[in-house]
Amino acid sequence: MSNEIKPVLKARGIVKRYGRVTALNYADFDLYPGEVLAVIGDNGAGKSSLIKALSGAVTIDEGSIELDGKPIHFTSPMHAREAGIETVYQNLALSPALSIADNMFMGRELRKKGLMGKYFGALDHKEMQRLAREKLNELGLMTIQNINQAVETLSGGQRQGVAVARAAAFGSRVVIMDEPTAALGVKESRRVLDLIADVKARGMPIVLISHNMPHVFEVADRIHVHRLGKRLCTIKPDDYSMSDAVAFMTGAKEPPAENAA
Amino acid sequence: MSETPKSSRQKQDFEHALESSDSSVAQFEHKHRSLFDSVQHFLHGNPTMVPVIVLIFSIIIFGFVAGSKFFSPFNLSLIMQQVSIIGILAAAQSLVILTAGIDLSVGAIMVLMSVIMGQLAVTIGIPAPIAIVIGCIGGICAGALNGFLVTRIKLPPFIVTLGTWNIFFALNLWLSGAQSIRSQTLDEIAPLLKFFGESIALGGARITYGSILMLLIFGVLWYILNHTSWGRHVYAIGDDKEAAELSGIRTNRTLIMVYGLAGLVCAIGAWASIGRVGSVSPQSFQEANLQSITAVVIGGISLFGGRGSIIGPLIGALIVGVFNSGLRLAGVDVLWQVFAIGWLTIIAVAIDQWIRKVSS
Repeated sequence: MSNEIKPVLKARGIVKRYGRVTALNYADFDLYPGEVLAVIGDNGAGKSSLIKALSGAVTIDEGSIELDGKPIHFTSPMHAREAGIETVYQNLALSPALSIADNMFMGRELRKKGLMGKYFGALDHKEMQRLAREKLNELGLMTIQNINQAVETLSGGQRQGVAVARAAAFGSRVVIMDEPTAALGVKESRRVLDLIADVKARGMPIVLISHNMPHVFEVADRIHVHRLGKRLCTIKPDDYSMSDAVAFMTGAKEPPAENAA
Repeated sequence: MSETPKSSRQKQDFEHALESSDSSVAQFEHKHRSLFDSVQHFLHGNPTMVPVIVLIFSIIIFGFVAGSKFFSPFNLSLIMQQVSIIGILAAAQSLVILTAGIDLSVGAIMVLMSVIMGQLAVTIGIPAPIAIVIGCIGGICAGALNGFLVTRIKLPPFIVTLGTWNIFFALNLWLSGAQSIRSQTLDEIAPLLKFFGESIALGGARITYGSILMLLIFGVLWYILNHTSWGRHVYAIGDDKEAAELSGIRTNRTLIMVYGLAGLVCAIGAWASIGRVGSVSPQSFQEANLQSITAVVIGGISLFGGRGSIIGPLIGALIVGVFNSGLRLAGVDVLWQVFAIGWLTIIAVAIDQWIRKVSS
């Protein structure tokens, strides 16, 4: 990426310690507009901690995070969401017994207009259902017939679809996806990869965490290799092979000097 | 399907097999459901239908067994009256159980607050309305204490409320000196405390204000749980607390509010209980907490949280009332009423487990 384009989301020297374990060790991170950035790394490299720091699920001990050049200090996922950063967690963070519409609007429910909404907090169920259906339609997910059916009655791929649709519908700046294809079959993985392309086509930058190299190399514009709690290097998928990427992230091979962070 | 990825990024070889495959993804299999499956799915979507069906059947059966006495307006209004206090406590209990917790202290909070209201109004001589308000604030504080211990000290709700149950009961005996405040004393000094014991006659029925209060409480809670954000958050927390937190819900704050609201409902129940009993009795309603759990469970609210309608426990309390009334009118010994309620509770939980399996 050329230097004149400013990153949407930028982190410098972030540190997160859990007791004696240092999960993030002065890690850097850059996400540029409109790109799909894959984050890869071995187990325990600190990928999850990095994502949690960026999405407000954990508070960092040191370092700075900037969104559109403005410093941000998230202390809860709500802050990140309000700032326009949406996250699709690996466990999806859906409430299984609640409906698709309820889940899509969880934590940001719409109130009715008028007195009932203002003074009695009455929710506008109809409007939420309409919008939820619209968002699912936009992403071609209308194999889901009933917007009021409980999420637990959906298949794994459909649940993933709901979670992605929720993130895409409300994320105004960045969408983060943690292992979106890890639990899915071949066909459903394909659907989710297409969803990622759809979201990207709207100009939304995406952070994709994945262990699946073929998926990473297919959709990513750049790959951020995380190792031992920090960014080792960023590479372009066209310049390196999958085995190179695996070699970097496992430490079998030194990272290319010009790309080293 | 969206546009294909850039030419440099190829799909995996094995995925080309997908092109000739069925392009529909993750659709429902519309396999033929047996009647049994259909019932299970229906109940999964409408968990309150179980207690409703049980209530209707028990009314029909006891109507036959006990005869026309059972259907007299007087008897029906009496059932309402008898279940009103347990019903109100069950409403409070439901809030906590919906969050996958349990509140063993609801009965103790209620009796303690009735003693506080009574002592303030009668012994100290504070005007009754102020005594009632202080009692209600006390209820909120007692509930919030439970909530604080559950969320901040991170103790299991069962242990916390088992402890506070005893603590509140001891405070109640201390404040009251284990003495009741008699009905005549209340009439002289603070008749307002007995307000919910008064009734309106409607045909042969005697509907107490306490019965109406119970229905009102359920109505308000139904609205809160189904039509406000806070209510949806309560369900989400009971369903999956971690997911709720990641969705941006401040779960601990909401939980403390749940316990506090339950405490407030108990305190309102305390006022109603004074009217129901006619006196302030520190020894009354000793089994109320367990009876409230029974009503909630029979009402189809899952003990695992997040499932069930607040209307269920109202029906559950009515079922218990109908059983007790019907068996009594049929001349059956009281011990068999308890026996029947015991089985009903076990069956209710078994049905809940069966319904929950629908998803797996």
